[in-house]
Amino acid sequence: MKKFLLSFLCVLSGLLFGALILKLSGISPIEAYKVMWNGAFSRPSYIAYIIIRSTPLILTGLSVAFAFRTGLFNIGSEGQFIMGALSAAYFGYMFHFNPWIQIPLVLGLSVLISALYGGLAGFMKARFGVHEVISTIMLNWIALYFSNFMVNLEGFHKANTETTEFIQPASSITLLENWKSSVAGMSWFSRHEFLNEFFRPPVNAGIFLAIIAVVIVWIILTKTSFGFKLKAVGLSPEAARYAGINVKKKMTQSMMIAGGLSGLAGATHVMGVAKNIAILAAHEGYGFDGIAVSLIGSNTPFGSLIAGFFLGTLKYSGQKIQSALEAPSEVIGIMIGAIIFFIAIPVVFERFLKIWEKK
Amino acid sequence: MKLQSVIFCLAMLLSSTFAISAEKPLRIGMVTDVGGVNDQSFNQSAWEGLQKAKKELAVKASYQESKQDADYPANLETLYDAGNDLIWGIGFKMADAILKAAKQNPKQKYAIIDYSFGDKTPPNVVGVMFKAEEGAFLAGYIAAKMSKTGSVGFIGGMSVPIIHAFQYGFKAGAKFANPKINVLEQYSESFTDAAKGKAIANQMISKNADVVFHAAGAVGDGVIEAAKEKNKMAVGVDRDQNYLAPKNVITSSMKRVDSAIFEVTSQLKKGVFLGGTTQNFGLKDGAVDIAPTTSKMVPTSLLTEVTALKKKIADGKIKVPSSEAGYTAFAKTLK
Repeated sequence: MKKFLLSFLCVLSGLLFGALILKLSGISPIEAYKVMWNGAFSRPSYIAYIIIRSTPLILTGLSVAFAFRTGLFNIGSEGQFIMGALSAAYFGYMFHFNPWIQIPLVLGLSVLISALYGGLAGFMKARFGVHEVISTIMLNWIALYFSNFMVNLEGFHKANTETTEFIQPASSITLLENWKSSVAGMSWFSRHEFLNEFFRPPVNAGIFLAIIAVVIVWIILTKTSFGFKLKAVGLSPEAARYAGINVKKKMTQSMMIAGGLSGLAGATHVMGVAKNIAILAAHEGYGFDGIAVSLIGSNTPFGSLIAGFFLGTLKYSGQKIQSALEAPSEVIGIMIGAIIFFIAIPVVFERFLKIWEKK
Repeated sequence: MKLQSVIFCLAMLLSSTFAISAEKPLRIGMVTDVGGVNDQSFNQSAWEGLQKAKKELAVKASYQESKQDADYPANLETLYDAGNDLIWGIGFKMADAILKAAKQNPKQKYAIIDYSFGDKTPPNVVGVMFKAEEGAFLAGYIAAKMSKTGSVGFIGGMSVPIIHAFQYGFKAGAKFANPKINVLEQYSESFTDAAKGKAIANQMISKNADVVFHAAGAVGDGVIEAAKEKNKMAVGVDRDQNYLAPKNVITSSMKRVDSAIFEVTSQLKKGVFLGGTTQNFGLKDGAVDIAPTTSKMVPTSLLTEVTALKKKIADGKIKVPSSEAGYTAFAKTLK
């Protein structure tokens, strides 16, 4: 109850501080929050968009949270996301199988490749003592430019655009995609207004995969000896080593799983929403947002789920202030940042308390 | 008593939400591409056009910035739900999203800058294209005449037809002015990375180019910065970019996205919407031109030549190429 009250106070102070920022920028905070609220919940299609937007954030948040439990700070979520998205776009376009084979195959390969990519940072840390923060930041850029290189590849690049070819329909995980635009589907939907609106955006199976991933990670961390060992390494590598745990191996494994989770985020985003990838001028931020999600969710699986939805909602509805009240996107960014900052405070506060108590 | 006042307040709130004003002004919304509304380039120009329409045609204007390519459909829907009469997609990157939205909402009017769906244009979409090569031709002519080293540079954002128009128009203009001119060409593979633009421009300057032209959105900020630091000349794009470096930007190949947007909006105000077609704006319509500030840096004698060239292009006496094939054919006529 006390914890609940604390969280509530944090959200409230975050919203108040956000209001202050809006006010300073000459925008009415009440109007702005009203637009955000209506822009988030007043229509079924908005809720669908929030789910779509939150899916990658939940998974990248989960990825960061998982590595954090092993004492590793996975800033490389962004690069692993890109590797997952690239693999899904590539294999999703190149393979021509039945959907029942194609979807698991493309998903599996994407997760595997990004797991190896994440594992690389873990391996370098374990084998050569390269700090994972440094290596993953650099791996992010390698992934970005590798992806841009691949996008321009003959046979994959779509002529006269800066994107790749669309993935095969068999690789799509968008729900009811063909049926939606078929005659039978359209006539059915015309009789079901709510569902019609809800399914207008590219609602996809990614959210189910994300929830399954949350549950699996929770089981690994709390119910298995493997998870126990990972957490032991995170709490104290020295003690873990003394207890006979292979710390180096655990670090690599942990980063592999974290990489796989971020890769799954990228793959579901491509297979469910984007359907192709484009040349990136800069990082899109799905992985970096995952750090915020993990922090808000106090590095727990279910915390990441809720925090992912929360950040997804803020990001989706925050944008709507722009056209409604002519707010520059910088102000919206600062407002969202302020809200997250205040929400993250109890975690920081608790950390400080812990360190204090240890001394 | 307290309850009553609460209900009263709620009623006020609700009535204010649903109040319908007697006169309904036209509502126009635009979705920017990932460059954002302050890109010093076509997105900004588009917004300037809408702001002009807001002032002079009394329409309601709003914009929605996109952060990622995946935002386009959601942003188009946001503006659709806001009840806009016309929704603009700024830039060719939005083509797929516009097409999908137009099919989903057949009663909503859409327009797109820099893209033509050709014969497949849906009846509720207007495509707007520019003959950018005509402005670039003039810019290339000026650049070649102003160059002292006999070497000029072109920096493109990405190798796509829209940018080819700038590239080959510029090259044709430069060769037309001086057949011996050396034109360096490179793509930055980005429309946003200003640091990369600066690096490429510096490289070109070190290879003896003294005028650099860019058609690369925000990458150009870096190009102009490099020219400013090395005290070389630069040519701006899309908008009059002289203000970025008043002593270095000799001219700009303007693509008046603003006047095209204003034109289509004022048509709509009169009740005309040319759905299902692509409108081409060129030098003749004043939608493509060189910047008015050109006279600050360029000698009058050269300006007179440019004015004569403009007339020739507008009359169709010079056909400016917009693609590599067209350029090759054009180059043959020069010799």
